[in-house]
Amino acid sequence: MVGTRNSALTTEVSAQPAAHGTRRDFLYVAAGAVGVVGAGAAVWPLIDQLNPDAAVLALASVDFDLSSLQEGQVVTIKWRGQPIFIRYRTPEDIKAMQAVPLSDLKDPAPDSDRVKKGHEQYLVMVGICTHLGCIPLFNSGAFKDGWGCPCHGSQYDASGRIRFGPAPLNLVIPPYKYTSDTKITIG
Amino acid sequence: MITPGYETKMIQRPNILAAVLATVVLTAGMAPALAQTPAATAAPASTSAATPQNAPGTAASAAAPTGGATNPSSSANNGSGAAQAAAAVSPPVPEIETQPWSFAGIFGRYDKNQLRRGFQVFRQVCSNCHSAHLFFFRNLQEPGGPEYSADQVKALAATYTIADPSAPGGKRPGVPSDAWPNPFPSEQAARDANGGAVPPDWSELAKARTIERPFPLWLFDFFTTYQEGGPDYVHALMNGYHDKPPAGFTLPAGKYYNDYFPGHAISMPPPLTDGIVKYAPGADGSTVPETVDQYSRDAAAFMMWLGDPTLDGRKEAGFRVFVFLILFAVIMWMVKRRIWANVEH
Amino acid sequence: MAEHESSYTPSNAFMKWVDDRLPIVRFSKEHLMDYPTPKNLNYWWTFGGILAMMLGIQILTGIVLAMHYTPQQDLAFDSVELIKRDVNFGRFIQSVHETGATMFFFAVYVHIFRGLYFGSYKAPREILWMLGVLIFLLMMATAFMGYVLPWGQMSFWAATVITNIFAAIPVIGDPLLSLLRGGFAVGNPTLNRFFSLHYLLPFVIAAVVVLHIWALHVPGNNNPVGVEVKSSRDTVPFHPYYTMKDLFGIVVFLIPFAWLVFFEPDIIGNPSNYIMANPLQTPPEIVPEWYFLPFYAILRSIDFNLLFINSKLLGVIFFGAAILILFFVPWLDRSKVRSGTFRPLFKPFYWLFVINFLMLMWLGSQPVGDAAHWWVPIVGKIGVFYYFFYFLIVLPFLPRIEVPRPLPASISESVLRPART
Repeated sequence: MVGTRNSALTTEVSAQPAAHGTRRDFLYVAAGAVGVVGAGAAVWPLIDQLNPDAAVLALASVDFDLSSLQEGQVVTIKWRGQPIFIRYRTPEDIKAMQAVPLSDLKDPAPDSDRVKKGHEQYLVMVGICTHLGCIPLFNSGAFKDGWGCPCHGSQYDASGRIRFGPAPLNLVIPPYKYTSDTKITIG
Repeated sequence: MITPGYETKMIQRPNILAAVLATVVLTAGMAPALAQTPAATAAPASTSAATPQNAPGTAASAAAPTGGATNPSSSANNGSGAAQAAAAVSPPVPEIETQPWSFAGIFGRYDKNQLRRGFQVFRQVCSNCHSAHLFFFRNLQEPGGPEYSADQVKALAATYTIADPSAPGGKRPGVPSDAWPNPFPSEQAARDANGGAVPPDWSELAKARTIERPFPLWLFDFFTTYQEGGPDYVHALMNGYHDKPPAGFTLPAGKYYNDYFPGHAISMPPPLTDGIVKYAPGADGSTVPETVDQYSRDAAAFMMWLGDPTLDGRKEAGFRVFVFLILFAVIMWMVKRRIWANVEH
Repeated sequence: MAEHESSYTPSNAFMKWVDDRLPIVRFSKEHLMDYPTPKNLNYWWTFGGILAMMLGIQILTGIVLAMHYTPQQDLAFDSVELIKRDVNFGRFIQSVHETGATMFFFAVYVHIFRGLYFGSYKAPREILWMLGVLIFLLMMATAFMGYVLPWGQMSFWAATVITNIFAAIPVIGDPLLSLLRGGFAVGNPTLNRFFSLHYLLPFVIAAVVVLHIWALHVPGNNNPVGVEVKSSRDTVPFHPYYTMKDLFGIVVFLIPFAWLVFFEPDIIGNPSNYIMANPLQTPPEIVPEWYFLPFYAILRSIDFNLLFINSKLLGVIFFGAAILILFFVPWLDRSKVRSGTFRPLFKPFYWLFVINFLMLMWLGSQPVGDAAHWWVPIVGKIGVFYYFFYFLIVLPFLPRIEVPRPLPASISESVLRPART
């Protein structure tokens, strides 16, 4: 191997490189700073490309026309890859749900928290069981007009609140708003 | 060991040999180069049609006679063979002039108003036959393009019907995330309606076309950053139609004579006429002429944007990167000199 | 690795603990910092570092692109376009990767021609040189397969033409062809296996690069005068002298790279590749990327039969020989003098070889077959002749008649400025 007499060599050269030197040479610091900025600017795209791209972001919000629903009907639409349950509740459902005492609930929430004021008949929820992620089935449990999860038996009422079973939380209400009396935008 | 005199002669001979070889290679290689041009790098290979049709379609509508005849695909017809056979008996393609485009050069950017006009031409005329499957409604609101507002785009998308098997009835109104709908339900339907030729998709059409750049122009292009061969070709094509072919040229039935199309016999009828699209005046009342030339420029610019929607951002970033690299190179040169100052090298 | 004195002293107890178990810091200091390098290296020597950077850039951008690309024949073309349109910075990353291939080959040709001029392939660096030729071969395979992935017209037809080369081999040619393609024609199986191999080969290249640098560090670098290092007066430590000089070279190299990426990303490529692959229609001209053009010109120029060998096979033989002959250069060159600087007869032949290579490159882009281009095969044959003449006649026999200029006694003597008297 070519020898390592280089240690003797560095002493021969009088201009001490500041890489290990003691003088803070402005030029070297400036070069280093410019290099770091350049390297950062070059690396950031490689990381940002992991973020959702424009096609995915375009589906970040969906619109839904509630006038297509009849009373009592429930539909499932897709939002950000997740199922969304939208149900036009009957007045009996609404009254029954408003009458449930909070002490009966594992995850207490009044019915008014589950819907938007003035639009109590429309229930909009993410249809994913808060236990381990299966999709509950409508009217397949002990609670009328509620949902029951086939995987481990969690039961949700007509307001989507957990009433029985291993799930810890109510079905999640996604962020949505009314753009008109009958149209909503989710997300 | 050879004597010096002998050495000298021996050294001289191979030099003469080298010189002769150099001359032969250089003249043989370079002389034809200066006389010839590098061949055109693309022809619209995808529009070659196989069979004639009974009557030409009209310009503005997609209504071409479908007729009873099924059209065999153009598989057997090698585009280049047909073009070259025709070239032997047809006039040469005239030189295509480069046009001034707002997006040309390192400081070039799209003209938003031109893109909007071009979109209007595409929507009202071209999209009756041409698809654009990588063009999404949401692109119209992205920066660097026509930059319509989100509400305008939502309203526009809703006027289009999108085939969606999961929707009731198999179709629904469009939303911004949808792609521009294809005017035909399948490729075969497109061929049937267009005399056997599929109108090429617009998504990358501007980048799939170019014009001849003989030496030394192609060398200068590296420095002038000429990338507008596609729009130059499209503009020339739109303005290159003639009612009648020149004397002696046999135009197959169902085709149209065009100066710039390789082989001169194009399946697309002249799509543009003066006044075919009504442009609204600009916010300041300015207008542009409603001529084929203007429509072709606007449509070509829009086509270029479809193919290269990130051009504005790319050139802007490029300028900054370039300045940064020059600065960094100067600094590194100074660092290198400083480090090497006391070393003989 | 032989045990020898090293100037590394671990800075604390933890570093000593590590050094006793895996002396990676010691190794880095020895080979990347203290490594004695001839002090007279000119800027042609910066291309090694540039090439290492290019390999890193291609691997990084390639891995990222593979996160978004779909290697299926109906989806591949659109997936590349959607990367450019929708993926954050996708236009930039894809452009760097595509243009990076061109810059990679530009650098590798400069690096190879540097080696040819300064005799870097001569003893004791023969294995170093052959590893380099192996890297070049792997690069060509990688680039070829990468070009197929976008599944444009040129991608598809280049794959068809180049895989057809294997069909020229007698007896086993046709079964070999369908083995390579995975079908009777280039199709989805071809695309998938090319994707897998295109991802694999760069890591093979990286391993061979490690061997290449190891083989370099045994004898040490060559230098412009071709005189071996005699003492420490001839060398400087790699860091900071050559780390900073290489970094400067890299930044300058990035300038034309950035010019292409940001201002003219499509100028090197072929517009036909913006049309999706159509197995039923060949584009008007099939042209490989510029870095393959010289060898493509050699292949095309052999249009005659020789004895029992048909022109297709003969062309393939010449094509393969043109690349493989590089392996034998250390033994073909019989000169006792290493560097072309001191070989006055060698210089014109060398530069003629360079011009001839560029001429062949340009020739490969010209169409053949039509009346206007009758001269292409003729000029091609002259180019092929000189290409092989250089390796088979000039390199072995020129030293018999050449009188080299006197060599300097050492590197340090060669860089001393002449004393004023």
